[in-house]
Amino acid sequence: MKLKNWALLLAFGLLLSVLVACGGGDGGTKESSDNAEQGATGTEDTATEGENVLNFVNGDQIPSMDPSLATDEYGFQFLGATMEGLYRLGENAQPVEGIAKDHEVSEDGLTWTFTLREDAVWSNGDPVTAHDFVYAWQRAVNPETGSEYGPYMMSGVIKNATAVSTGEAPVEDLGVKADGDFTLVVELENPTAYFESLTTFGTFLPLNQKFVEEQGNKFATSSDTLLANGPYVLEDWESTSNSWNLVKNEEYWDAETVQLDKMTYEVVKKPQTGVDLYEAGTVDRAPLSSDLVDQYATHEDYTVEPQTSIFYLKMNQTRNEALANKNIRAAISRAFNKEAIVNEILNNGSLVANGIIPADFSRLPEGSPDAGKDFREVSGDLVTYDVEKAQEYWEKGLEELGTDTVELELLGDDGESAKVMGEYLANQLSTNLPGLKVTLKNVPFEQRLDLDTAMDYDLLISGWGPDFLDPYTFLNLFLTDGENNKMGYSNPEYDELINATTTELATDNVARYENFLEAEKILFEDAAIAPIYQKAVAQLQSPKVEGVIVNPFGPTYEYKWASVGSAE
Amino acid sequence: MFRYILRRLFYMLITLFIIATVSFFLMKMLPGSPLNAEDKLSEQQKAIVLEKYGLNDPVPVQYLKYLGGLAQGDLGISFAFDNTPVTKILVDRMGPSLQLGLQSLLIGSFLGIILGLIAAVFRNGAIDYTSTVIAVLGSSIPNFVFAGLLQYVFAVQLEWFPVALWGGFEYSILPTIALMIFPMATAARFIRTEMVEVLNSNFILTARAKGIGEAGVVFKHGLRNGLIPLITVIGPMAVSMLTGSMVIEQIFAIPGIGEQFVTSVLVNDYPTIMGTTLLFAFLFVVIILVIDLLYGLIDPRIRVSGGNS
Repeated sequence: MKLKNWALLLAFGLLLSVLVACGGGDGGTKESSDNAEQGATGTEDTATEGENVLNFVNGDQIPSMDPSLATDEYGFQFLGATMEGLYRLGENAQPVEGIAKDHEVSEDGLTWTFTLREDAVWSNGDPVTAHDFVYAWQRAVNPETGSEYGPYMMSGVIKNATAVSTGEAPVEDLGVKADGDFTLVVELENPTAYFESLTTFGTFLPLNQKFVEEQGNKFATSSDTLLANGPYVLEDWESTSNSWNLVKNEEYWDAETVQLDKMTYEVVKKPQTGVDLYEAGTVDRAPLSSDLVDQYATHEDYTVEPQTSIFYLKMNQTRNEALANKNIRAAISRAFNKEAIVNEILNNGSLVANGIIPADFSRLPEGSPDAGKDFREVSGDLVTYDVEKAQEYWEKGLEELGTDTVELELLGDDGESAKVMGEYLANQLSTNLPGLKVTLKNVPFEQRLDLDTAMDYDLLISGWGPDFLDPYTFLNLFLTDGENNKMGYSNPEYDELINATTTELATDNVARYENFLEAEKILFEDAAIAPIYQKAVAQLQSPKVEGVIVNPFGPTYEYKWASVGSAE
Repeated sequence: MFRYILRRLFYMLITLFIIATVSFFLMKMLPGSPLNAEDKLSEQQKAIVLEKYGLNDPVPVQYLKYLGGLAQGDLGISFAFDNTPVTKILVDRMGPSLQLGLQSLLIGSFLGIILGLIAAVFRNGAIDYTSTVIAVLGSSIPNFVFAGLLQYVFAVQLEWFPVALWGGFEYSILPTIALMIFPMATAARFIRTEMVEVLNSNFILTARAKGIGEAGVVFKHGLRNGLIPLITVIGPMAVSMLTGSMVIEQIFAIPGIGEQFVTSVLVNDYPTIMGTTLLFAFLFVVIILVIDLLYGLIDPRIRVSGGNS
């Protein structure tokens, strides 16, 4: 009996030791521990003379480093740092020289011929050629790749992209050809004024065909299965890593300009932890959630970074008779205090939105009477908080409907601030508009998308971030039967103005912007949507982080020109 | 005993099969799809992408395909991390969770047993009250409160330990302490209650009457009987410890499995949800088996009846 007891005890002991061994010795742990050490010593490196290192936190892992498959903020961020397309976004979101030195556009605006530099190389030594662009773009629209962004970004822009992406035409029909190694000819479906800025976007990056095919399914799942042709190289990364580094790419054609030697990254999801690491000097930047803003708003390193996502109320004109009434919609869009929302609920530097095009996003083109001015400034505040006016519209609307009560359902996702915002909006609307009853429905984000697509809502808190540098990225959302309209809005005059910007006015940027300005006014005369706020991010950032450009779309941060300042 | 274990292993397989089936169909009822840019895709594009992942097949077909893969040990490819096998995600992330879980379970239970034992031996005295207060605080205050406090005092203020992140052993100290409070408090409460009862039993009186020293009475005769109910609660607790505490992992920015599970549910990463669920289920049934075997080790009567039933 005793022997059996000992045997069992031994077995249990063995099981425990196996578990402990798993805990201490597997590759993932070891790797992250190495990186953590690097991260922790990074700050010391910064102080070392000659070593320019910055240490950052990242809100999540990088799900994809494959330009054809990336869809998220982090994917595009690290693709932007390690790779380079035809152009790169510089200051004020102006495209600057990248792999392309310059380009020519045919008179009809349909054929773009890019001249590529001959000194650009991949990190394996291969030259970056026009064929790399042809391969990458074809791969992005090839239905077999299963890319989400490829067809979305290229359809209607690159010739035949729609047909190729649905499998109706072979990939060779895509309007992109190499004329020799260093000339790329792109044929467009329609003249596209913003095409130059599109070429900076992650989906349009080149790929080294030989390397990608060699790696097969493993491509872009770790540092070893990636190639860089941009300012930095991604090191110590695997798709499941919680820490990694960006290291200066000495092979980059413009390596002279790049001043940073290294940037270290650690995944930290809790803002309080990020702030603690910042206070301990381990990292140089930490984002703040709204509850931390009050505590750190007076901190000397507190900064607010405006972004270009706009959040607004969608008003579904098909499910509820009341919302089909323009006066009712006009009343709703004026009946809630947006200042209170940005200052009390969001509390992170977000701005009140009184239009659909965000501030500091797009400037009026040369030749316009207001050339160089911000679109938002020129277009002005199209709908503001005004209870008196709201009530006027409200009464008129009720009269037209022949009722004195309206019931509406407000749909939002179940994130903490979304819930609070929903409650606030419901309260404001029912207080300021007598006879209105708003019921709240908070569902997970995925379900919110489903209900949006099915148009199964009355009011919906929706958001949109731009994918290219042109007002069209926002204004095409509201075209009749548009994929993202899904609220029953239709105005032929609006459609005509917006459609003209991609057809007969496509090559006349001045006229396009006139149309955009006019269309935005129509959108708000119709009270189609009720804008709420423009997102911003509050954070602590060390003054030694210098020269970082914040982009309005694509990779959030541009580090090519970044440096470590002397401030401590 | 060998036949008993074999039979138990067979039941374990059945249990895992049922769990896999139920979770698969429950998961399919989650709203939404795993597409990230869903709101930007046309219906046709969505269909093309879903086809690539095999999500356009009828659910029963998907289920059979999944079982086929599972039978060959293939948990599939994550939707959220391109081309990354789910097994790789699990292996990479189990390490920190297991290390933290084992450290906190072993140290926590050990300290809890000592605490409960002392309280029982010196019952109704100052030591007993102190230990009861510790136990009540430990089991009623959530561990993330301890975590925040430990982080602030010992890392931010005193700078004795790293604030967060995952590296050498020193990175695991604060999260282990935060995690072990609960098993420690639970063990202390159970051991105290049981030991008070056991120490008043007739066989303990007999043992004392036979002249066995007090230490012998407490450890050899008392503790062995007091451990049985503790083992019953430690089982499920061990699973939750080993599979990681999402909150603790987030606070200390530790790349563990608990946190990964929640993320995969939020983004509808079906293969990862299934892989993690099955891993949790597997650990659970294994630990239940180990606990049952441990019963027999502590009290041979249980093993005999278990073996015969």
